[in-house]
Amino acid sequence: MIVTSVLILFGIGLVAAVILAVASKVLYVYEDPRIAEVESVLAGANCGGCGFPGCAAAAQGVVAGKAGANVCVIGGTEVAQNVAAIMGLEFSVMEKEIAFVDCTGGIRAEAIYRYEGVNDCRAQHMLYKGSKMCPEGCLGFGTCVDACQFGAIEMGPYGYPVVNPDLCTACGGCVQVCPRGVITIWGRTARIQHLNMVTDCLAPCRQRCPGQINIPRYIEQVSRGDYAGALETIRERIPMPLSIGRVCPHPCEEACRRQHVDESIGINMIKRFAADWEMNSGKRLPIPCAPENGRKVAVVGGGPAGISCAYFLRRLGYSPTIFESMPALGGQLRYGIPEYRLPKAILDWEIEGILALGMDVRTETQFGRDFTLEDLTDQGFEAVFLGIGAWKNASLRIENEDAEGVLTGTELLTRVGIGVDTGIGTKVVVIGGGNTAIDASRTSVRLGTDVTLMYRRTRTEMPANEEEIIGAEEEGVKYQFLAAPKRILVDDAGRVTHLEYIRMELGEPDQSGRRRPEPVEGSEALLECDTILTAIGQKPELDCLYDENGACQLDETRWRTLDAHPDTLQTALPHVFTGGDMYTGPSLVITALGQGRKAARSINQFLTSGMISVPEPLQRDLIPYTMFKDVENVNPKKKPPMPQLCSMEDRTCTFNEVEGTLSEEEVKQEACRCMRCGLTCYNRNPEPDRLDFSEPGVKKD
Amino acid sequence: MDYFVLIIAAIFVNNIVLAQYLGNCPFIGTSKESGVAMGMGFAVVFVAVMAAAITWCVQKYLLTPNDLGYLQTIAFILVIAALVQFVEMFLKKVIPPLYKSLGIFLPLITTNCAVLGIAIICQREEYSLMETVIFSLASGAGFMLALVVLATIRERLEISRVPVSLRGTPLALIMAGLMSLAFFAFKGMAS
Repeated sequence: MIVTSVLILFGIGLVAAVILAVASKVLYVYEDPRIAEVESVLAGANCGGCGFPGCAAAAQGVVAGKAGANVCVIGGTEVAQNVAAIMGLEFSVMEKEIAFVDCTGGIRAEAIYRYEGVNDCRAQHMLYKGSKMCPEGCLGFGTCVDACQFGAIEMGPYGYPVVNPDLCTACGGCVQVCPRGVITIWGRTARIQHLNMVTDCLAPCRQRCPGQINIPRYIEQVSRGDYAGALETIRERIPMPLSIGRVCPHPCEEACRRQHVDESIGINMIKRFAADWEMNSGKRLPIPCAPENGRKVAVVGGGPAGISCAYFLRRLGYSPTIFESMPALGGQLRYGIPEYRLPKAILDWEIEGILALGMDVRTETQFGRDFTLEDLTDQGFEAVFLGIGAWKNASLRIENEDAEGVLTGTELLTRVGIGVDTGIGTKVVVIGGGNTAIDASRTSVRLGTDVTLMYRRTRTEMPANEEEIIGAEEEGVKYQFLAAPKRILVDDAGRVTHLEYIRMELGEPDQSGRRRPEPVEGSEALLECDTILTAIGQKPELDCLYDENGACQLDETRWRTLDAHPDTLQTALPHVFTGGDMYTGPSLVITALGQGRKAARSINQFLTSGMISVPEPLQRDLIPYTMFKDVENVNPKKKPPMPQLCSMEDRTCTFNEVEGTLSEEEVKQEACRCMRCGLTCYNRNPEPDRLDFSEPGVKKD
Repeated sequence: MDYFVLIIAAIFVNNIVLAQYLGNCPFIGTSKESGVAMGMGFAVVFVAVMAAAITWCVQKYLLTPNDLGYLQTIAFILVIAALVQFVEMFLKKVIPPLYKSLGIFLPLITTNCAVLGIAIICQREEYSLMETVIFSLASGAGFMLALVVLATIRERLEISRVPVSLRGTPLALIMAGLMSLAFFAFKGMAS
């Protein structure tokens, strides 16, 4: 019996073995031995973040050439090096990607929502309801937190997810489970190059910012005390947070949804705090840059647009050289904005940090005089960015305009900026209503003169910032509204003695939407003065583009600015790009900084692929349905006042900085006023008993 | 009609997991997500039918004639293990998409007592080959049903407020017990 049993079992085993042996021969599938080798060096987490179903499939993908050595998103550099060694590849540098919770990247949630069981937060929302809902924002139920295998996501203090970049491996688990598409896996290069699209979830402030700064994100980081993170967020869009924190007229705040509750968030104050925090800490935060690729790009003009373009080119791995006609970099920031608004020492500190990234600067070198586009090509520059600004002043076109004592506002500001004699007298008339006119007026006050600002419309139509208008008035600037210069009277020596002006009245609105001023016949009057400062508009000086034969390969617009593609900023010459005031005409510093980044993106794409992609649809205007005003269930909170560094008595006799920085306590209070538009939005039909009014948008347990 | 009763009995009355208490390990282990549960269920159905048919032949033509019934368990394990290996090789060569979709579940079934249990029950009940195939198919479907139902319950439990000490496997076992009690309502409807 025992023998039979053994024989039977042995027989079954033998038959099975024979069948399997034959099957393994017949059904043999060749497998590249490198697959097993690659699989053995992968992290073995089977997280699926690589896009393959498990490490075995990822290894097959690598060997089949469908994936690179960096296939394993959680393995890091070491694993990538090992995979590259097996595959006989050379491994250089791998840019880290991390998850970003900023509502960027994709189609609106309703369009992409796919039911995947009750375990996703959309389903939870349907089951349990909640106070948060908007067409694009986070629901705040934290499915992504559960999905993260590495503990890199947690629910932040206001009920939305916060990613720890040190722990995040970009495995993509959170992206897969997020039904709203508010999480994306991004690398630094991609983040720098992204342009706002209407399919992104953009808070009103972010839509309005010409620099496309991710405002809700940096405010949220500041509210958590992550000032370094906030600065990094800002620097992914603009290189000069210190300067822009002082001089930006903050159009974003005009779009802030909070203004429909009480007052707009002090967005620029928060930015300034973060930038000042770094400067006051005494050490510079590292600004990560791609390794140098050895490709040279010329940046003509060392103003905000040029500095921004050079900065982002350097961050993308290029070697930019800045050509500047003035003795120092900064453009209008240095020579057009007075010291009391932006101290030169602060500007220098900021520019020094940018130049430390590694770029050449050639000052006192003027385009058109010292070199041409051909010279740059001959010197090996593969692309050129033209950003020479708008320094040419518009003329008044009245009698004696060239008399002694007539200066432009920018000339005065430049003279003060470089520290030479201004040549102004004691009684000054400033003509214009923009920020340059105000700057010239307030600078003249500090130089000890009696200042009258003449503007042909009324105060409400002045394009200057309201706070600047008030500041100037407080400092003693007299306003003469509804008046236009008609003639300049001079003495025998040719020096200005009087300005003859005519009264104006407002007629029908013109193209700008403002009512057109019309002269009142017979209302001429004289105003005694010895200096007239004109600030009625500037244009780019484009003569430098023409050769001695009067020929120019580039195109001009009818506003005498350089013509270029509005999205790529590429000019008529494919390797020449532009931006800033040279392209837009006189505009904001933040606009110039934003265009510098946009141009750097275009240059990068042009040099790497020969084509510049324009993602569709780009966000150009405010997205109408996101501009709703009926914001409910938000408790009014007081906005901290902007601290003043200089008392009124001192303000009129010194160029010391006027505005100060918020304290840490104040900035956190201000950051907490932010309603996180786009991340946690407001249910416009709330269930009152489920709401906790102490913090906006937070569900009550 | 007999086949219909056999199917109803196998799926509901004598459910392989909830009434026979077989295959509890994969029942708890692979019931966290309904997608995974479906994959495991299909793999069990596929292997159970093939294993029951082959073991029926082994019993009928090898063990019973030689009066070696006591070797049933060890012989069946040997056959099922070899069968799973063979099926894996066959699918990898002939139907790679199916092989990939079954993934890790195929090797898991090698030591799945539910599959062995189905084969042994067929012998104990002295089913014919056709009855064996139908019974194993229905039993596999019963396993899949229990697995998917538990998985959907556990998905819902994941988002519910549960005391920490009960989260995960403890609560899954409680739910399995409650499901088992519910299935006892079918008791006596068919033998």
